[in-house]
Amino acid sequence: MMLALSILIPAAAAALIAACHRRPNLREAVSLAAAAGLFACVASLGGDVLRGARPSLAAGEILPGFALAFELEPLGCLFALVASGLWFVSGVYSIGYMRGNDERHQTRFYVCFALAIAGAIGVALAGNLLTLYLFYEFLTFVTYPLVTHHGDEPARRGGRTYLALLLVSSMLFLLPAMAITWWIGGSLDFAPGGILAGKLSGPAAAGLAALYAFGIGKAALMPLHRWLPAAMVAPTPVSALLHAVAVVKAGVFSIVKVVVYVFGIGFGAEAFAWLPWVAGFTIIAASIVALRADNLKRRLAYSTVSQLAYVVLAAAILTPLSIVGAALHIAAHALGKITLFFAAGAIYTAAHKTEVSQLDGLGRRMPWTFAAFAIGALSMIGLPPAAGFVSKWFMVSGALAAQHWFALAVLVASTLLNAGYFLPIVYRAFFVPALPDDARHGEAPWPMVAALVATAALTVAMFVWADVPLALARRLA
Amino acid sequence: MVEHLPALQVVLPLVAAPLIVLARSPRFAWLATTAVSYACLVIAALLATRVATLGAFSYALGSWAPPWGIEYRVDALSAFVLVAVALTASFVAPYARRSIAAELDADRQYLMYAMYCLCLAGLLGITVTGDAFNLFVFLEISSLASYVLIALGRRRQALVAAFQYMLMGTVGATFYVIGVGLLYLVTGTLNLADLAERLRGVEDLRPVLAALAFITVGIGLKLALFPLHQWLPNAYAYAPSMATAFLAATATKVSVYVLLRFYFTVFDPAALFDRLPTRETFLALSVAAMILASLVAVFEREVKRLFAWSSVAQIGYITLGIGLENHAGLTGSIAHLLNHGVTKGAIFLLLGGVALRSGAASISVGSLAGLGRRMPLTAFGLVIAGLSLIGVPGTAGFVTKWFLILGAIEREAWWVVGAILASSLIAVAYVWRLVEAAYLRAGQGTRREAPAGMLAAGLAMAGLCVYFGFFTSINVAGASDAASFLLRGAR
Repeated sequence: MMLALSILIPAAAAALIAACHRRPNLREAVSLAAAAGLFACVASLGGDVLRGARPSLAAGEILPGFALAFELEPLGCLFALVASGLWFVSGVYSIGYMRGNDERHQTRFYVCFALAIAGAIGVALAGNLLTLYLFYEFLTFVTYPLVTHHGDEPARRGGRTYLALLLVSSMLFLLPAMAITWWIGGSLDFAPGGILAGKLSGPAAAGLAALYAFGIGKAALMPLHRWLPAAMVAPTPVSALLHAVAVVKAGVFSIVKVVVYVFGIGFGAEAFAWLPWVAGFTIIAASIVALRADNLKRRLAYSTVSQLAYVVLAAAILTPLSIVGAALHIAAHALGKITLFFAAGAIYTAAHKTEVSQLDGLGRRMPWTFAAFAIGALSMIGLPPAAGFVSKWFMVSGALAAQHWFALAVLVASTLLNAGYFLPIVYRAFFVPALPDDARHGEAPWPMVAALVATAALTVAMFVWADVPLALARRLA
Repeated sequence: MVEHLPALQVVLPLVAAPLIVLARSPRFAWLATTAVSYACLVIAALLATRVATLGAFSYALGSWAPPWGIEYRVDALSAFVLVAVALTASFVAPYARRSIAAELDADRQYLMYAMYCLCLAGLLGITVTGDAFNLFVFLEISSLASYVLIALGRRRQALVAAFQYMLMGTVGATFYVIGVGLLYLVTGTLNLADLAERLRGVEDLRPVLAALAFITVGIGLKLALFPLHQWLPNAYAYAPSMATAFLAATATKVSVYVLLRFYFTVFDPAALFDRLPTRETFLALSVAAMILASLVAVFEREVKRLFAWSSVAQIGYITLGIGLENHAGLTGSIAHLLNHGVTKGAIFLLLGGVALRSGAASISVGSLAGLGRRMPLTAFGLVIAGLSLIGVPGTAGFVTKWFLILGAIEREAWWVVGAILASSLIAVAYVWRLVEAAYLRAGQGTRREAPAGMLAAGLAMAGLCVYFGFFTSINVAGASDAASFLLRGAR
């Protein structure tokens, strides 16, 4: 019942928002109310999951043997909590951003946003691979209008890259991977011990694992990461949606889900033995690109590529501790990255600055924004008192437990690199004197500031009260 | 009454045609056409339920017992095709009124309706008959009617297109009848079931092999099997909107049905597939169609022609199942008869609305600029049908793709898997040209949707694309039964 409601709330919200297109205030109220309702819904389900329940719902067979089925397990619950909670916050932020920048087609924006949330929740609740794939592709198509929101030539080009890479990966790799899984395993249902264990071995297993790892292009493993920087043409709330709320999270979530529930922890270690190396390479390479990027959003985009690879790396090491780390990092990165994007959008709205080199002294004019930015940066680096520390702790412990020295080295090196590209921004903003600039501006519109302060506070809160997400994550491994 | 349904299925539209010619009033013509189309759908549905519950049954026309008289035979496969054809007809008929009124002079409109009814009668007749020569007669009825339908197009090129199609179609029909003649020479019977029995053991006789070749090429021409597809792009591009939608959704599909019928129930599949390179031939031709025709579509500027090329590619999906020759592959193929029918039907119906409002005889991709603003519902319907063409999960096209991939994996034909996936990626490229034009380029003109009747028919069919993506009790269950029926004798 509650499960069905979780999908229906955002879908119904999309319809209502479309109906209210002549009344912006009502439209945005609907959007926020739906977000709050969804969060309440998912939270109440989360309580059941913590008590050990696995709420499930079969919505009928699509094909013989393939049901449209939903089942909420701890990881999905964590993802759904993050997505629904951040929908509310980004809804508040969007109001400020879209009005502050006089964006066009605002109704279409809110409709697609709500549909994207429906897609993300569908991915989170999917009870089998086919359902997951259905919502995964749905998410690709409903976010396309958001990415190309401006409708000009750069938007068209960015949209093309976005769609091309996501569809090439999902159609060319993920779809055959599913078909092969069905052929070998005879099932596509997520099962606690996996469905492939003992039915496949050696290079074939590694090959299938590769089809999955690269087929889930939303996880942005190199070399399939280019869609993420390309999607930077979109308005900032969309970037937040892509990087924190729904899209990339759907990607890494799907990978963790495939590793744990399709391959199974024992067998997965064999099939995914190569994956830490690819993920490790992605972490380092993306960090180096980020280090050299002057455009703030581009730097954040490559930071996302690298942070996502953390999750993949941790999932691929396949020790209970690292799986907990992977699950926690999905939430921790979401909170930290959304703060950073909100801050970037606030800087753009208030000061019309997009490059890192232009940020000198801005911290004094926009203290709230940059304080929040600093907290987000700490979380990315993995320092207390931010949520990133908790997940990184588990990842490092997992790497130690598995005696995976390469992973450990990558984690240490990337921490330094993260510090290298985030701390200078904070330093510039607060300690370098401002350029003689005529623009007299303060903070961005209040809904934006409120939203980014809230997410920064949540980032800290997840460090202080880590027990709820931890309890969910521990149920997984 | 119920036992006469197979005959009624054909007789109704056949009788409607001369009545329409006699009455000449467009209004009466439209009412009669619509009533007949709905009646055909009801009859087809009744026949399909009867086959699903009681199994295949036969009807002796004029009570002359087969194999001497003409036998009508309804089994899992023909019931499925009947439903697919009648379903399309029931969407096209209500759409026809405004569309024909806009594209033809008042004194010629009745012709269009009459030809449409004849064509429908022919297509249903091909599907329901169990007699090889009777099949030829219906093939000619439907083909002749469709030449006229195409020739009624507004532009003068329509005449050339119809003539071209007529030449190719006549060659095809002649080849078919030569093939049937050879079979008659060897066996002395024209009844399909009887033929099958008498052909056992003589498959290697030269006349039988020649008959196989003639029938394959003849029907291959009719169904636009690559590389015999040359007539199709022009025919689809210049025909009136309603004719394009109807023919694209039904005519080639029924020809595929004929091929399936001959390959799996008349000739001995064991001999056909094991001693002749049938599998390899069909895989190669289908893959070539899927890839090459899709590539042509990517570079085509005229929208109707673009989708005509896409049809050639999609027919490749359908014939792929013959090359895979297993249950999953054939299920995908047969399901695609219906899936592609509703998808292409929706696209051409909606494009008819676009053509009507733009006033131009041809629609270029560029002229779709701003369609998302001018005709939001039409544009949205086109996107949905386009997604089904690509095979996005949750649409009818995905269902097909999934079964074809399973079929190819079962054969361990990995290159075919790759080709299916590559072809759907190319489909993204040509569908997205339209999406970009419609939504991301500014265009002129005020907001004005297509007339309600046309819009409703198009959108309803686009809705079916999604419906068949989730509720597969008609398309997949029916196709799966039909595939089991075809493979029953095989192994």
